[in-house]
Amino acid sequence: MSAGPGLESLVDQTISVITNDGRNIVGVLKGFDQATNIILDESHERVYSTKEGVQQLVLGLYIIRGDNISVVGELDEDLDSNLDLKSLRAHPLKPVIH
Amino acid sequence: MLFFSYFKDLVGREVTVELKNDLAIRGTLHSVDQYLNIKLENTRVVDQDKYPHMLSVRNCFIRGSVVRYVQLPPEGVDVELLHDATRREARGG
Repeated sequence: MSAGPGLESLVDQTISVITNDGRNIVGVLKGFDQATNIILDESHERVYSTKEGVQQLVLGLYIIRGDNISVVGELDEDLDSNLDLKSLRAHPLKPVIH
Repeated sequence: MLFFSYFKDLVGREVTVELKNDLAIRGTLHSVDQYLNIKLENTRVVDQDKYPHMLSVRNCFIRGSVVRYVQLPPEGVDVELLHDATRREARGG
């Protein structure tokens, strides 16, 4: 059972988390457990809107409860530095409806 | 257990995972665990103009609890085999 899709390979890497309420939080993965609870360091939230570019809100050290996590993505630093967040406009993601 | 084994056999195939927030992510199935958490490689979001939130993500972990559908390659589904396996599991064997 241990060879599953754990998050081991992402520890100390920058990740992008999508939460069940549709938020997008970017930070460095410091720890995680069986329930996908995660510890994020140096984190910030990226707030999407259709009126203005992406806003970045500094959050700092965060623990996110696994129940509230949808997706954990490995952030590709090259791709991310080429993104022009100021001109990116989109609706915020919808919340998860179970 | 049945679907865990089933998804393990699909590792390496191209699948589309639709989430309960309507986001659909396509990628190569890398691994699955007992909660049906899924790891995809070489991912792209199906409607990138509408959902640019994962533009700089190429590999991702999807929590099993938020998966609505997994769209499979037709050649990855052996209906007869699945029929037999589900019947066997229903009998408790």
